[in-house]
Amino acid sequence: MSKKPVRTASSKKDRDAVTMKRVVGLADTVARTTLSGREPVIHVPTRALSNTVWDKKHGILRMGEARQERELFNLNQAKVFMQTLLHSESIKSLIEADKTLSLRAMFYKGLHTIAGTKEKTFADQDESDAILEDLEVTLGSLREELHIFAKKAGTMVGNITIIDTGDEIDCRRMGSGGYAIPSIVEPDIIQFKKCDARFVLHVEKNTVWSRFNEDKFWQKHNCILTEGGGQPPRGVRRLLARLNRELGLPIYCLLDCDPWGHYIFSVIKQGSMSLAFESERLAIPEAKFIGLRAMDYDRCQLTDDVQIALNDNDTKRAKQIADYPWFKGHRGWQKEIDRLLSNGFKMEVESLITKDISYVTETYVPERLKAKDWLD
Amino acid sequence: MTEVLDAESSPRMSKTRSAPRATAETMAAKQRDISVSEFFVKNRHLLGFDNPRKALLTTVKEAVDNSLDACEEAEILPDVTVVIEDLQPDRPASAKSSRYRITVVDNGPGIVRKQVEHIFGRLLYGSKFHRLKMSRGQQGIGISAAGMYGLITTGKPMVIHTKPKPGQPAHHIELAMNTKTNRAEVTVDKETRFFPPERFRDLTPGTRELAASNQFLSPTAYTTGTSVSIELEGRYQKGRGSVDEFLELTAIANPHARITFVPPSKESAAEEEDVPLLKRGAKAVEPAAAETTSPPPPPEPAITTETSGVTVYPRGVNELPPETKEIQPHPRGVELGMLLQMLKEAETEKPGYTLYNFLQDKFSRISASTASTFCDKIKVSSRAKVADIDHAKAELLYKEMQEAKLPPPPTDCLAPIGVRQLLAGLLKGVRAEFYAASSREPDVYRGRPFLIEAAIAFGGQLATEDTCRVIRFANRVPLLFQQSACSSFKAVAETNWRNYDLQQPRGAVPVGPLVIMIHMASVWVPFTSESKEAIADYDEIRKEMKLALMECGRKLGTYLRKRLKMRRESERRDVFERYIGEIAKSINAITGTDARKVYNALLEQARAKTAVADLVLDDEGKRIKEEDPADQDGVIIVESGAGLRSVDKSGAAGPPVAALSKAEAAQLTVASLAKGGDDDQPRLIDTETPRRLSQKGKAAPAKSAKETRSAPDKPAKLPDKAAKPSEKPAARTVAAPPPPASKAAEPKPKPKMRLINGKLVPVDDGPKLF
Ligand SMILES: Nc1ncnc2c1ncn2[C@@H]1O[C@H](COP(=O)(O)OP(=O)(O)O)[C@@H](O)[C@H]1O
Ligand SMILES: [Mg+2]
Repeated sequence: MSKKPVRTASSKKDRDAVTMKRVVGLADTVARTTLSGREPVIHVPTRALSNTVWDKKHGILRMGEARQERELFNLNQAKVFMQTLLHSESIKSLIEADKTLSLRAMFYKGLHTIAGTKEKTFADQDESDAILEDLEVTLGSLREELHIFAKKAGTMVGNITIIDTGDEIDCRRMGSGGYAIPSIVEPDIIQFKKCDARFVLHVEKNTVWSRFNEDKFWQKHNCILTEGGGQPPRGVRRLLARLNRELGLPIYCLLDCDPWGHYIFSVIKQGSMSLAFESERLAIPEAKFIGLRAMDYDRCQLTDDVQIALNDNDTKRAKQIADYPWFKGHRGWQKEIDRLLSNGFKMEVESLITKDISYVTETYVPERLKAKDWLD
Repeated sequence: MTEVLDAESSPRMSKTRSAPRATAETMAAKQRDISVSEFFVKNRHLLGFDNPRKALLTTVKEAVDNSLDACEEAEILPDVTVVIEDLQPDRPASAKSSRYRITVVDNGPGIVRKQVEHIFGRLLYGSKFHRLKMSRGQQGIGISAAGMYGLITTGKPMVIHTKPKPGQPAHHIELAMNTKTNRAEVTVDKETRFFPPERFRDLTPGTRELAASNQFLSPTAYTTGTSVSIELEGRYQKGRGSVDEFLELTAIANPHARITFVPPSKESAAEEEDVPLLKRGAKAVEPAAAETTSPPPPPEPAITTETSGVTVYPRGVNELPPETKEIQPHPRGVELGMLLQMLKEAETEKPGYTLYNFLQDKFSRISASTASTFCDKIKVSSRAKVADIDHAKAELLYKEMQEAKLPPPPTDCLAPIGVRQLLAGLLKGVRAEFYAASSREPDVYRGRPFLIEAAIAFGGQLATEDTCRVIRFANRVPLLFQQSACSSFKAVAETNWRNYDLQQPRGAVPVGPLVIMIHMASVWVPFTSESKEAIADYDEIRKEMKLALMECGRKLGTYLRKRLKMRRESERRDVFERYIGEIAKSINAITGTDARKVYNALLEQARAKTAVADLVLDDEGKRIKEEDPADQDGVIIVESGAGLRSVDKSGAAGPPVAALSKAEAAQLTVASLAKGGDDDQPRLIDTETPRRLSQKGKAAPAKSAKETRSAPDKPAKLPDKAAKPSEKPAARTVAAPPPPASKAAEPKPKPKMRLINGKLVPVDDGPKLF
């Protein structure tokens, strides 16, 4: 656990073997430390902005070296120490049985009353979820690799045919619902069979995605249309990254004009703090932000009705984001956030409906793309 | 109050100290004119006979005080048996009083035949009054008053058995006071072979049981002694101010005495007012002291026990209190009236007595030069006769005496109970977990030396919610009434117990499982009133009391903080230990490493971890000073209560239930407790002259055999030494201190305890996982 995980495995079998080795390694270190008379400690990499390093050259966020010591003989940590080992044990048995559980199911798997007491191993699912997040970074394995489902909140349609666990899926024929992007999209699960698309348009929300799908935007513009239900889960991010890297498709993002939208873009582009160790696989440094822009209020001549006042928290958040190292030296983003702040309001992509129902699909996005008008 | 004190301070005063000082002389003369019984009836409230219940108590108190005084003076470890027989057992249940026969038997020196009439037949006849010496007697009214009360209420004479010489018959005398002549009339005067009186042994199932094992009125324990029986109209009822409480407290303040109490078969009709200190539990069979009798000596209890209604307060220590000296009054303690009387008496004593000599002879701390200074100051020649000192000169002299710079009075007239004895006394009577005692150096109030001692017992089986119990003693005699008027009670309330982590309502005594004991020893204890139940509130006295209480409080505070810390530590350890099982199991599931091994390794670490925390840092992270409450002087910690004992299923020779601290083991070898341990020469109570304690409470060298008057015949057979150890370790409630060497190598590991709801509960070895 002490050394930075190196991700080389590609097939599921290989990945399982690697994950298993790490789980056993963790428990073994605890056992050996204990038997040699020292107090056991588990090193958990710190999941915080303070422990991320901005790799300017590659344009991604990397995990720093900071680790927290999780001690058994510390009143505040004794229980989480135990919980960490309990979940490690569960993960080992899941890999062995080749089964996958949801977060909730994992909570139940680890739940029992501690021998000789009335105390339960986990007070609630939140405790269990937090331990699993820690284990991801501690083991350097993705949640999926721990045989735990991540939420499936991504959708895809477009000019592409893929193979998902042996089933051929034509994303041109997905009806109104679209293809649900699974949480594990590694090449041994999903292969790209045939792709005619020239780019990917990723939108923030399902509602917006539906608008584009209904208007057959992907047919007209020969692209792939994805959505990630807010902050895209790792399956969606990994798929976008693969489409970008393996098929060379540019990724254009249509997100709300607010700090949350900016943050989502930042995660897609550079990686997230909690999964900084996965940035290499998940981040898409080439991703582009096509809108909504703070200047669109004027540019598109929107009415007062679309304004949503910035609250104190938004302002604070916007300033924080402006300070992210990858935004900090970026004049375009500095101006964008300044404008957002001077506007004093946020706007949602849906607000373009006030112009016309299909304004966003027929006018706004095509114009931006044509004008190569985006932030990167 | 001053008036009363004036009278009390006079060493020459007549026995009726309640009478006004100015009439002391005249009253003595008038006594022939008034009927003694009439006088008695008039003054009964002052003498402790104001109601039937108190009359019963006072009678017991007078007799017991006399017995203890006599034994101590004769250097005999007291063995006192109190029997109260209900002579009207068939009275209606609603009867508030009944006729009782009180008998008090002691193993004291006995009384010379010709003295019997004087002692028991005359009011105001005693040996202790005419001297300034610390004794119980001076607090009482005399045994003859009790006899008088009995005579008035029942018409029955006192029955006295006394045996001054071992091996010779005892006197059996019955006498009644002739109230007209104030002289005893002996109705029966014969000799008897039976001392102690035999008939009591068959009185109740309890006495039969105890007598069968030679523990009740055994002739070997009572080779000399006195038995006094008085029939009276009284009321027997337990609770506050009862005979039970009196004996219980007497036992605490007199750990060197063995006291046996046979109460009447039933209480008088009335509600129980209060519960006695010790809630008597199951009969315990703790061996303590072996007696030197031909039949193998029965084990004697080390703690108070009850056998079918008979309570035995065992002997806790084998040393007599230090012998005290008589002293002359200190000039500063003298009142004008007393001085006048002393002058007058000196004139009669020795016609032509000079003031110069009088001052030196009759007062302490007046040297020849001080005496002549006094003569100069009041402008008389040093050859002036006391007869020539008129009232004015006497007054001048009195003033000078008050102002003169003189050394404080000698203090060898005081006999502290002593720290070790205080602890032994509390230990046998109060079931607590923590005991501390402190004995102050003597101090002086108004020219009178006094000494304060305090002790506290905390926790254990004491009630948690009640206000603490204050038990008060003057010269080892319990004070049962007028608590709130007593200086000691005020001292308890004025002490800030919150400093020692106790709860204390503002201006009140603390609340909690606490018994506070205060003892004042003095040649003259200042009482607030004639009934002598509350100590007068002198600044010097109260200050000393507070200092003694603070000493005890500090020790308790240290202990409580330590206990709290230990509790926290054990909670912490508990947290670790709780998860260790789960961790070991998981590690085993993941790596296959032996779960038991991992568990044991982690357990060891958990214990080491918390132990280290004990030593290094306190709760605030500060370094802890080397401050172990158990290492303090004058502290006994009974480490665990009955809960622990139940763990020990093996029964015999289990781990000590209560261990004395290291300091205790070294310094406070409470005699009865030490017997179980390393002492290969067990001290047998009756084979040696009881040792006296020195003034400091340490054992003084034993007196030469010649001086010993009570050394009984050397036992023919010493109890088989080899057999002894085997009978000793059997389940002691208060265990002996383990010999220091064996401490490291504990014979049996302590049972594992888990803290549940703030209580330590034994648990078996770790969660059942494997
Ligand atoms: N049980 C006893 N054994 C020996 N002597 C006794 C006993 N009881 C009383 N005396 C003697 O009788 C004296 C008178 O006793 P008492 O009338 O109670 O007065 P006080 O105790 O005040 O001297 C005592 O001083 C003591 O010398
Ligand atoms: Mg007396």
